[in-house]
Amino acid sequence: MSVRMRARQVWRLLIGAAALGLFVPVSANAADGYYELVPEQVADDTYVFLGAQENFSFDNHGAISNTGFIVTDNGVVVIDTGPSRLYGEAMRAAIADVTDQPVVQVYITHAHPDHFLGNNAFEDVPIAALAETTSAIREIGPDLASNLYNLVGSAMRGTTAVVPDAAADTENRVTFGDHELELVAARGHTASDLMVFDHSTGVLFAGDIAFHDRAPTTPNADIAAWHETLAATQQRNFKTLVPGHGPVVDGGEALAQTGDYLTWLLQGFEQAAARGASAAEVMFLPLPERWAALAVEPGEYRRSVSHLYPSIERAALERDGTR
Amino acid sequence: MRVARLVFLPLLALLIVLMPLGATAAEVPDDPLDSSQWRYMARKYFRDASIVFDERVKVIAPDYAEDSLNTPVQVSAPDLEGVEQVLVFADMSPITKVLDYYPVKADPAIGFSFKVQQATPIRAAMRTADGTWHIGGTWVDAQGGGCTAPSVASADPIWETRLGETEARLWSRDSGGDRLKFRVVHPMDTGLAAGIPEFFITEVTITDDSGETLARLEPYEPVSENPVITLDLDARGPLTLAGRDNNGNRFEATVAEPAS
Repeated sequence: MSVRMRARQVWRLLIGAAALGLFVPVSANAADGYYELVPEQVADDTYVFLGAQENFSFDNHGAISNTGFIVTDNGVVVIDTGPSRLYGEAMRAAIADVTDQPVVQVYITHAHPDHFLGNNAFEDVPIAALAETTSAIREIGPDLASNLYNLVGSAMRGTTAVVPDAAADTENRVTFGDHELELVAARGHTASDLMVFDHSTGVLFAGDIAFHDRAPTTPNADIAAWHETLAATQQRNFKTLVPGHGPVVDGGEALAQTGDYLTWLLQGFEQAAARGASAAEVMFLPLPERWAALAVEPGEYRRSVSHLYPSIERAALERDGTR
Repeated sequence: MRVARLVFLPLLALLIVLMPLGATAAEVPDDPLDSSQWRYMARKYFRDASIVFDERVKVIAPDYAEDSLNTPVQVSAPDLEGVEQVLVFADMSPITKVLDYYPVKADPAIGFSFKVQQATPIRAAMRTADGTWHIGGTWVDAQGGGCTAPSVASADPIWETRLGETEARLWSRDSGGDRLKFRVVHPMDTGLAAGIPEFFITEVTITDDSGETLARLEPYEPVSENPVITLDLDARGPLTLAGRDNNGNRFEATVAEPAS
């Protein structure tokens, strides 16, 4: 009886609130209010949606990486689609606010969930990636998506792992309007990392080859290959670099910072293994000031211990005294 | 409804009167980690013993398990004297007991990795000579699935030829003893993955040159596959490491003193 009475009171409150106009309808453009994407212009025709310098959370809805687009006379080229269907839809709405040109091409830099799970919103457009990226998304995409549902929650609704349906042409330059794009096949952050270099503006979309003021992530990293890619990329004649995470920057600063961090990370692990430190002890070593200041530290450093320390620890154990 | 209440109230009163009779002898302190399983853990492992949460018992582990099959933990208690047994347990694990460690001539310190099934406290309880358990711990959050996942070895026909293969190394400690780190090839199957029976190392004993026991370890199913264990001994090498699993397989290795 008392429950029923309480329900009636709640209804009365709700009706009262509605009458007072307390329920504001959510704008459709903001993709149900989860993502408010504001494009930042970084060069002629070139825009970036900056992600939060954070880890995945219910609060940031997974929007932690940078995505971008280039407006040309022959349509819009999109680089990465973000973490979810709703994010991808919010991207398209924000792009439509900038230009009437249709989206004609999507490039996916690599097979990490914050970069490709917005593909649902671009199924009417060719989605191109490197071959290994495509096969990785086919194999582990559904697991990555369900993992992100757990970490991010309802912002993921309607999201599935849409596998790229086109190969990125890394042999020839690709032209859209008066933008000449070079698709660069690289590796190191993952087994296949695509970079998009717009020779017309000098903007390099480096994907997660470059992190800027944010700790690099290493779950699928090959550190030696990553260093090689960073060195080769420094030689390129780009003007502006769009990192996968962190602020856009002129010149090679983000590449240098990423390289310095990876050097420090690996050297620290090798020294720790040589003195017999356990993995948990390594996780709780104090970080030098320069790296403690990066976003998502020390969390990202501790994740890297899980990714990289076991094999380094094992190698040190093999230089052993077992008879 | 009124009749039900009439019966219920005297019953409740009776229960309140009888309750002190059912209480255990030792006081169970409130859990600083606020785990719903704490009282059950206390009853299961420390029924009549005195227990105290003690900040000298250090347990460090990541607050989130990046790899639910291998979550690293370091237990230590540099300021706690006379520890005879270290029990490591995880409240929310389907198998709560992770390992027992007897640091005979060693510090009450152990590094290892374990499988995390879901968010759980990981705790070390250290029994001192007076019988008191000193407890420390921390929470580990996880996507989980570590305990019910099959071992990598269970899908790999090669492992059988390498079962029990042991790598070990000693490092000199400033305190005069040695740090021992070893790795044993073993699937450490929990028995919770469908069709794969439990199969795990049950005992590892470290002895010195004269056969005296320096430390004894009893791992349980939650310890990670191919376990890497770090121990801080109060003695120097060379030493012998001998162990067996629940199927009776034995393994042994001799470890030389570090060159430097």
